[in-house]
Amino acid sequence: MAEVILDKIRKAYGENVVIESLDLAIKDEEFMVLVGPSGCGKSTALRMIAGLEEISGGTVSIGGRVVNDVAPKDRDIAMVFQSYALYPHMTVRENLEFGLKIRKTPREEMNRRVDEAAQILGITEFLDRKPKQLSGGQRQRVAVGRAIVRKPAVFLFDEPLSNLDAKLRVQMRAEISRLQKALKTTTVYVTHDQVEAMTMGHRIAIMRLGKLQQVGTPLEVYEQPANLFVAGFIGTPPMNFIPGTLADGGATVVASGFRLAVPESWRAATARHDGKKVVLGIRPENIREEARGGATVQVTAKVEFVEPLGHEVIVHGRVGDDLMVAKTDPHRSPQMGMDFPLVIEADAIHLFDAATEQRLTVS
Amino acid sequence: MSRQRSEEMPHWPLHLFLLLMVGITLYPLLWVITIAFSGGQSLAIANLPADAGLADRLRAVVPWPEHVSTSNFRSLFADQPFARWLLNSAVVSAATTVLGVFLASTAAYAFSRFRFPGRRAGLMSFLVSQMFPGVLMMIPLYIIIVQWLGLGSSYIGLVLVYTVTAIPFCVWMMKGYFDTIPRELEESALIDGASQAMIFFRIVLPLAKPAVAVTALFSFMTAWNEYIQAATFMNKEEMYTAPVGLRFFVGGFSQQWGYFAAGSIIAAIPIMVLFMFLQKYLVSGLTAGAVKG
Repeated sequence: MAEVILDKIRKAYGENVVIESLDLAIKDEEFMVLVGPSGCGKSTALRMIAGLEEISGGTVSIGGRVVNDVAPKDRDIAMVFQSYALYPHMTVRENLEFGLKIRKTPREEMNRRVDEAAQILGITEFLDRKPKQLSGGQRQRVAVGRAIVRKPAVFLFDEPLSNLDAKLRVQMRAEISRLQKALKTTTVYVTHDQVEAMTMGHRIAIMRLGKLQQVGTPLEVYEQPANLFVAGFIGTPPMNFIPGTLADGGATVVASGFRLAVPESWRAATARHDGKKVVLGIRPENIREEARGGATVQVTAKVEFVEPLGHEVIVHGRVGDDLMVAKTDPHRSPQMGMDFPLVIEADAIHLFDAATEQRLTVS
Repeated sequence: MSRQRSEEMPHWPLHLFLLLMVGITLYPLLWVITIAFSGGQSLAIANLPADAGLADRLRAVVPWPEHVSTSNFRSLFADQPFARWLLNSAVVSAATTVLGVFLASTAAYAFSRFRFPGRRAGLMSFLVSQMFPGVLMMIPLYIIIVQWLGLGSSYIGLVLVYTVTAIPFCVWMMKGYFDTIPRELEESALIDGASQAMIFFRIVLPLAKPAVAVTALFSFMTAWNEYIQAATFMNKEEMYTAPVGLRFFVGGFSQQWGYFAAGSIIAAIPIMVLFMFLQKYLVSGLTAGAVKG
């Protein structure tokens, strides 16, 4: 298998720079998810790894070999496209065999690999059908099958689940994860869906406007977002951002509707920013109707909107001048327009510099 | 709404009008068939006596032969070199089709997929060339083909002329179709290890079958039916194509309308067969890209 290393890669179409300089090291056997809103350069980065897009600067290496000038077919990769890109005039079997035939794989070996892949993906009974006779989920499986029969060093997925309905997407998400675990093939997976990123990736690389924002395990980026963008992008509903000012030598955040004592763990960082404007980040699950222990701040929200989801209720309310979203118990759901008491779990806050949008740090 | 209207206005005037139009369309064809099977060479269906009555005159305009005979068809092949002319037409048309489709599809693929200097100019000049009447090219073509290349009265000469005339239309037709074939298919094949040629012949061309069928039919029909250029470049009688041969029957010195009619019917058959054969491709080919999916 192989590791994939992007070293200061750059992509520009004439004057238009899509990726300024991207560094990313994907370990052997790792499932790396590139995630970000559309136009962030994630697909372009993937296509540069695949060799479908010329690299304007920097190097891409796969398995220790610089592949900038290596043709896609010689990079030992397989790619699954968003549209599946199955050959419409060939049967499923012919689709799976196409890459092997070109590489002059012996007949028995080819049959063995195709049958094996079909078995793994549960498409054995469709082998003699044409793609148009298959459902979306089945086509998706064939597309994945076409990648695995080749036994490449690296799998590349370009938003493979976006054309599926929600239920099937959840199912295929699990299947692809399981498959990757079993095959241990290095995988680069591009998506705009943060849920896919969180559930599938060993590590997540979050991109925005051609720049890498943060790389880390799902838990790392969730618990320690490096900046406002990452904090807002990961998690649903998104994190609440409340403008505030640090006071009392960095021991207090003053927001429009409440004052919050900064937890000990943040003091070293906040002390250096005393008096500065900050953005206080609080995830909706940390704004509750009753305390669970730990330091809290009591606030009263004027309820503007309520979204019942069955197992929980999303409450949109106003605290002071600021809009706040909280997750509450469905049996104690408030009415619109009423004043609703909430507690903010002070230990779970995030603090960002309002000017640089970066997470407050000691250094 | 529509029901109300149909109650107010009966359908029969429309149907009557359509029937009239069908009659106008079919009448000349029936006349040709009548002459072909009349066994004679006269353009008239009946020989009227000097004092013809109304019934005689009416009979003279109804396309129905006085007696049916296939002698025109038989002697077309027995006494006239019509078989040879059909063969000439077949060879020229087939070669034009093969060469035209090959050149047009490869050129169209390049225009569709690659970005190169002169791409726009090339496409535009193809389009512009279609705006001039073909007769305009007769003299320059004659000079090039006959005087410079010495290819008068040869298959190659006429095939060249037909191919270059058909290519602009065919390139546009095929480029339009290639544009609708998703690029991801080719990228996928590229990663699978296919070469550019393999992608073209094994992925793109099989998917473009409807467009290939349309361009092939167009090339074949143009070559098969064309008269003026064939008459200009094919001077020897044994090199005549079918349309030139047909004209030969009703030239200045002969008025063999029977042969002409019979020959026309025979010459129309291959095109009709081809049409029926390619029908299902034609429909999808001409509407290609109109709707997604």
